[in-house]
Amino acid sequence: MNRPNSRRSAYRRQMDRWFHAIFLGAVGLAVAALGLLLWQVLKDGLSHLDWQFLTSYASRRWQQAGIMAPLAGSFYVMGLTALFALPLGLAAAIHLEFYAKENWFNRLIQTNIANLAGVPSIVYGLFGLAIFVRYLGFDRSILSASLTMAFLILPVVIVNTQEALRTVPQTIIQGAYAMGATKWQVIRTVVLPAAMGGIMTGAILALSRALGETAPLITVGAWVFLTYLPVSPLDGFTVLPIQIWYWSGMPQAEFQSLAASAIIVLLIVLLTMNSVAIVLRNKYQRKAEW
Amino acid sequence: MEVSHRSRQRTRERIIAGVLLASGLISILVTAGIVFALASETVGFFRLVSLKQFLTDPKWTPMFDPAHYGILSLLAGTTIIAVGSALVAVPLGLATAIYLSEYAPDRLRRVLKPVLELLAGIPTVVYGYFALTFVTPLLQKLIPSLDVFNALSAFITVGIMITPLISSMSEDAMLAVPRSLREAAYALGATRLEVAVKVVLPAAFSGVVASVILAVSRAVGETMIVALAAGSTPKLSLNPLQSIQTMTGFIAQVSQGDLEAGSAAYKAIYTVGMSLFATTLGLNLFAKWLTRRFQRGGRL
Repeated sequence: MNRPNSRRSAYRRQMDRWFHAIFLGAVGLAVAALGLLLWQVLKDGLSHLDWQFLTSYASRRWQQAGIMAPLAGSFYVMGLTALFALPLGLAAAIHLEFYAKENWFNRLIQTNIANLAGVPSIVYGLFGLAIFVRYLGFDRSILSASLTMAFLILPVVIVNTQEALRTVPQTIIQGAYAMGATKWQVIRTVVLPAAMGGIMTGAILALSRALGETAPLITVGAWVFLTYLPVSPLDGFTVLPIQIWYWSGMPQAEFQSLAASAIIVLLIVLLTMNSVAIVLRNKYQRKAEW
Repeated sequence: MEVSHRSRQRTRERIIAGVLLASGLISILVTAGIVFALASETVGFFRLVSLKQFLTDPKWTPMFDPAHYGILSLLAGTTIIAVGSALVAVPLGLATAIYLSEYAPDRLRRVLKPVLELLAGIPTVVYGYFALTFVTPLLQKLIPSLDVFNALSAFITVGIMITPLISSMSEDAMLAVPRSLREAAYALGATRLEVAVKVVLPAAFSGVVASVILAVSRAVGETMIVALAAGSTPKLSLNPLQSIQTMTGFIAQVSQGDLEAGSAAYKAIYTVGMSLFATTLGLNLFAKWLTRRFQRGGRL
């Protein structure tokens, strides 16, 4: 090997090491951002997080303010959203995977779903305001919020469900057909039980998206100061992210730290949902070794 | 008996197929509903405001008297956020993707991927809180003249938010590059950096560009971070040190109150919504077009 060549090769190796460090640094920065965010939230929010905070209504005095109404509202809205979006999403996914023929119309449905997934969430809020709040007259209610959220997560539910349905092996589907089952019998007795874990995982992940959404509910008309628990679906509503947004925007540092406390609660709920999804996925993957 | 059972079964199968088809159709109805809701108010808006004023007036003050309706200042705000967040997220996301796909040992990858997913799963309002209570005070120490509400803090935070989007989609594109290409390059004596930059990145280029465009589209549609941290004063300026307003920020700010249906402000939020919808749809379709080329093995 001649000399200039080996010097060049040393330089190239040196560059490789430098960039290895730079790339690793970028990853470190991303991880550090997550760490800083969590640290900031915990530092500000832990001190105020107690039973009283969870069981009190909104208040103008920060010492007495709590998140009972938004917490209950979040679960209420999420429950109704699931009720609307999950059956609809499941049915649409079954149609696309098992019934839809390969033609322009079904391609249109599929493309349309992909495009809907990319629509900014606040545009769904405008849609909900025009259709549910005004046109259908549901007013600024739990029902309007849930329907808006249901349509917001519908594309995600459909796509996740389709992916779960696709993991069912063709062999067992063909086996069921060979035994004389009709299409619906095959889907109901073979495909759905086999794909259930994947479907549930996808559904939980989609719902956790709905739980964290704020912008569309501002537009639909969430209240920021609610001192009763919603009972009827037509009652006014507020949810955790709305309360966080409202407190974050207050000039007093005390209210901002209340926002941090509410964020901790929100993140705990989200983390719990995601853990359930991961447990379901693992359980399902182990069972699904055909 | 046998025959009637069969025919009953056939009827049931047909009904079920019908119900499933109807569910599929609902997604089309949603799109139609969104477009209709936006378009009908937009038409009403342009009965009050001329298209010329909308496109050329430098001021956007629908709530004041005299009202000005120039979308340019909201577009300027949106552009600062989109471009600024891309400046943060593209280097960070790409470097992360290259590290994960070309450098990281398997064990570290298995730890890092969920951490990045966690970053992507945090609600945007939480990022908004972070921007307002951490990023802004930190920046104010570095730049004393900085406004409390400013575009800089907002776009840095939006950039952090969209970084995992770029890194995970770009990594997928890079992992799809055949091993044989990498091994051929290694056999010729290339270093890992050379393989990553001269072989993998060009082969995955359209996928990488698509991920960046999708991320920018997310930044354009992002509401909570800008609503909390960027302020609410529309300005026809590209200075990131002052308070601005984006299209999304305006919709969030104005729709908070009980807006009177049929008022000019009500029509204005739908017109801004229409502009937002068109912008993100355009970006998303462009990204999809790129990915399709990429899947067919085409190059940019």
